Amino acid sequence: MFGAGGGTSSYQEVQDTDVILLWGSNAREAHPIFFHHVLKAVHSGARLYVIDPRRTTSAEWADTWLGLNVGSDVALSNGMAREIIQSGLHNREFIQRATKGFEAYAASVEPYTLERVETLTGVPADVIKDVAHTYARADRAQICWTLGITEHHNAVDNVLGLINLGLLTGHVGQYGSGLNPLRGQNNVQGGGDMGAIPNRLPGFQDIEKDHEARAKFERAWGVKIKPKYGWHMTEMFEAMERGELSTLFVLGENPVQSDADAHHVKKLLDGLDHIVVQDIFRTATAELADVVLPASASWCEAEGCVTNSERRVQRVRAALKPPGNARDDTRILVDLAARLGHDWEYGSHEDIWNELRSLAPNHAGMSYARMEELGGIHWPCWDEDHPGEQFLHGRLWQEPRDGPAAPFHAIEDSPPVEKLSDEYPLRLTTGRRLDSFNTGVQTGGYASPLRRSEELEMSVADAEELGVSDGDRVRISSVRGHVVAPVRINPSLRPGLTFMTLHFPDEVATNLLTINATDPKSGTAEFKATAIRVDPVGPGEPEETAAAAVPASQPGD
Amino acid sequence: MDIVLHNEVPSKGEREAVDAVLGPPESSWESGEPLSERDRHVARGGHAARARRHLLLPTLHAVQSRAGWISRGALNYICRRLTIPPAEAYGVATFYALFSLEPQPPVVAHICTDVACMPSGSGELCAGLERLIGPEGQHAANGQAIWHESPCLGMCERAPAALVTVAGEEPHEHAVAPADAEGIASLLAGGEVGPAPPPSIPQAGQPGLRLLRRVGKVDPGSIDSYRAHGGYEGLRAAFDMGQARVLREVSDSKLVGRGGAAFPTGRKWEAVAANPRQPHYLICNADESEPGTFKDRVLLEHDPFFIIESMTIGGYATGAEHGYLYLRGEYPVAWERLVAAITEARARGFLGQNILGMGVSFDIELRKGAGAYICGEETALFNSIEGYRGEPRNKPPFPVDSGLFDMPTVINNVETLINVPGILVEGGQSYATIGKENSTGTRLFCLSGRIARPGLYEAPFGITLRELLEMGGGVLDGRPLRTIMLGGAAGRFVTPDELDLELTFEATRKAGTSMGSGVVMVVDDTVDMPAILMRIAAFFRDESCGQCVPCRVGTVRQEEALARLVNGRPRGSVEQEYALLDEITASMRDASICGLGQTAADAIESALRKLDLFETGGQR
Repeated sequence: MFGAGGGTSSYQEVQDTDVILLWGSNAREAHPIFFHHVLKAVHSGARLYVIDPRRTTSAEWADTWLGLNVGSDVALSNGMAREIIQSGLHNREFIQRATKGFEAYAASVEPYTLERVETLTGVPADVIKDVAHTYARADRAQICWTLGITEHHNAVDNVLGLINLGLLTGHVGQYGSGLNPLRGQNNVQGGGDMGAIPNRLPGFQDIEKDHEARAKFERAWGVKIKPKYGWHMTEMFEAMERGELSTLFVLGENPVQSDADAHHVKKLLDGLDHIVVQDIFRTATAELADVVLPASASWCEAEGCVTNSERRVQRVRAALKPPGNARDDTRILVDLAARLGHDWEYGSHEDIWNELRSLAPNHAGMSYARMEELGGIHWPCWDEDHPGEQFLHGRLWQEPRDGPAAPFHAIEDSPPVEKLSDEYPLRLTTGRRLDSFNTGVQTGGYASPLRRSEELEMSVADAEELGVSDGDRVRISSVRGHVVAPVRINPSLRPGLTFMTLHFPDEVATNLLTINATDPKSGTAEFKATAIRVDPVGPGEPEETAAAAVPASQPGD
Repeated sequence: MDIVLHNEVPSKGEREAVDAVLGPPESSWESGEPLSERDRHVARGGHAARARRHLLLPTLHAVQSRAGWISRGALNYICRRLTIPPAEAYGVATFYALFSLEPQPPVVAHICTDVACMPSGSGELCAGLERLIGPEGQHAANGQAIWHESPCLGMCERAPAALVTVAGEEPHEHAVAPADAEGIASLLAGGEVGPAPPPSIPQAGQPGLRLLRRVGKVDPGSIDSYRAHGGYEGLRAAFDMGQARVLREVSDSKLVGRGGAAFPTGRKWEAVAANPRQPHYLICNADESEPGTFKDRVLLEHDPFFIIESMTIGGYATGAEHGYLYLRGEYPVAWERLVAAITEARARGFLGQNILGMGVSFDIELRKGAGAYICGEETALFNSIEGYRGEPRNKPPFPVDSGLFDMPTVINNVETLINVPGILVEGGQSYATIGKENSTGTRLFCLSGRIARPGLYEAPFGITLRELLEMGGGVLDGRPLRTIMLGGAAGRFVTPDELDLELTFEATRKAGTSMGSGVVMVVDDTVDMPAILMRIAAFFRDESCGQCVPCRVGTVRQEEALARLVNGRPRGSVEQEYALLDEITASMRDASICGLGQTAADAIESALRKLDLFETGGQR
């Protein structure tokens, strides 16, 4: 945030903090390693608030669970902000020293009274007041979030709402306080850091605006780089629809099963001229490919580095040879470049890394030798004498401040695109379970005593009304399609709210239901809020999964 | 956490019993009822909920005494209320002998068949019950009653002993000793029980008693009676001299713990007083379960304010405002009298905030064990209070650094603590002149078995076994003495030629024995000694918590080898069995983490070594 593109705090600081707001995250199941750090904090006395429509297993550990309505996160963060300002608990010193736009922001949250926010979120006013005061009064406090914040049509606003709270209270840029998006894989952070996002060069340097950086890369690589942001995935799909994108190179992704509105995605991919898939498994997307390039498993068959949620860059070493014709990802790319007439030949993986260090100043000090010696290094690490920074944005607390002020952003509540109706009266939200990972590509091959097949979790009251009990098969329909799955009654779900995962796309293609209303700024789809209806499947009725007759014209398109 | 509850629900009575301990549920998350409008959006829990884990044991007691057993529905409800995973709560509930996880009739008779009751007719009692109401463990009296054999019930001076528990809306318990089959059978059928007998203090009225001086003379229900007999002089003296001086007097007295380890009390208290971590806790260990021991019961039943005063002084001296008194579950009379005494002490300003207007705060929470010998081990007792299985912890850290709730903790037994008021009144140095060398003061001895006048005796350290036997009137009916079990089942057997042993810590240690908890159980030539040893072996096999392997396996192997010897079918020769037992003994002694395993072979080993029980081929 504030241009840094990574969580601000180290895991150690999460352990040493006093208050944790886990917002839109079931880290107990989806980020279990990170949750161990949360639990260490809890065991040494930290207070934990979990903000999630579902009372998840993470929420069971919380001092207070705030079960907000799906998609009312901005209302809650604005309401907390108003309460903090009204009670005089905002950090005037920090606001004055390090931020800009406070007055406009304060005015923008003014309409978010406790009473109104109670109506919008469902969370009682006294509980909102409690969390606002506890967060603001804490000596150290962390906000950690994941996809419950970002898988919405207004994802960026949701994130800005949390950042606003950090700025309002000064809970950023100091040891133990911070704002942390949790990464879902060991190297999500590293992917972005290395430039695998449409608007940045390696080292998080802006491809359009940072002319100096671009010139530096052009010199090093001997090519011209267009000063133009690329497409993120959703924009690529839109480009496919317009016929502007005809060839797709997919590395380690399975969009046919992982993206919202799966029928639509498959239709688009079917219409392409050429698809190349580079993956360690033969995924559903690979089934559509013209060329499949078998890759090595990056955690055990490849050399290189990974960067985790706390921005710590660590070495990875190959312990095994890849099986069969599978090859190191880097090797494949270098050979591909050679066929296309470019000599990318490097002496070693370390050479590639050293080139990166010479071009990405925030990685400059991370030699292989130092990483080995220190057990990984947090970025930024400006030179070989720099220890790496445990937390970001300490500059905001310097007097005089070093660098630009951090801006507040006035944002407004914007409920889910898909409204509940008489025809689709239930809210479906999606997520993960402890034993499975995303579409199951990496986990489906292993047995787990915890794993159940896909189920529609629903409340006791809704199940009673439908006259269904555990294990009964039901048809789950949205505007876009329907699937059939067994019911599992979950007493901790409130009436009106249902839950599914995307772990078993071959049996139950949950993403046939989800809406691809995407956030214009981040390109993330609103996986967390679909309107559905549920009907019991009578004996002898056909169960096949199908798209609705008219799949087009979705509200979010 | 990850709490997955099954679907059984509690009965109305079980729910009431739980709510009586925990208060009414604060949300539908706790009650298990359909989510209220508010609870659809809020749940409280976390630290506040987990901080109530220590209420698990009292809650289990409440359900057991209401329903007679703990059903899955009740356990489910307890788990929901306290946010405890059901598997963990089940683990705790099954740890204790007094809790039943199977349906059980409301009326249960526990018949002591332990070492002190065996020579005094427990066998006949069981045979009588079998004849009158049916075999052990089978429902009788139209399914309304059942009887079980039990380890020592702590009423050895009036053996044989029985405890009858009656579950229901108004649960009650009867300690019966001496018990006879007809009396127990009539109780099981709903009959009444007679008044409690007077305390067995053969020395009553004699001069020179320090710890027993009020027993039998004071009204245990009246704080004024206690004060009229010299009560609360020690606390007054403590407040007058100040905290630092209390610590010094206790150190000067050379008082050491009476539990068996003989650790200097003053050093323990000073360590906790000086520990900067807060809060401090003070615990009185009244989980007296060593077979043959009944001193705590007599003292707590007949002079309950004595321990309250002593604990208050301990809390003052060590900076602890919260005390726990952990009483074994088999002492209903002591429990009732302590509850009443604590209530009265609070009402009269001797407990609570600002005691005697001195600005000192101290209060006592009573905790009831549920039939687990191991909970007398200090760290197991912490776990038991905290709501976990009563399994000992590794040491270090020692309790003075990290005890109850991982905080600095003083834990002393009853006898140790009640020495303190007297020390403060007369001064530590004066106290140190009583007894011998480093064994200062007086000692309580529990005389039982084949002795003419069984009961609780007090004598200065240094008295010999012979003198003690004489005080007790000698062997019953003038029969020849065969052996004495000294120190309990975890102690050792001594022979008639050791009667001139001076009872001090130094002398007993030198003689390779131990006074333990002060048990002196007399065995004459009428007693079936191999049966006694088998009972001891069974006791340890039963009471081993199973946490560490040497003890869990060793106590079973010991019992098996002994059974082969007793049945005259040694594997190989008798000598080979002895060698095997020696090996088991060494493993348990070296590798068990707590005293139970370390001493589980002592008594048996000493008996085999000293008493000619089994024909051997030659010198052993």
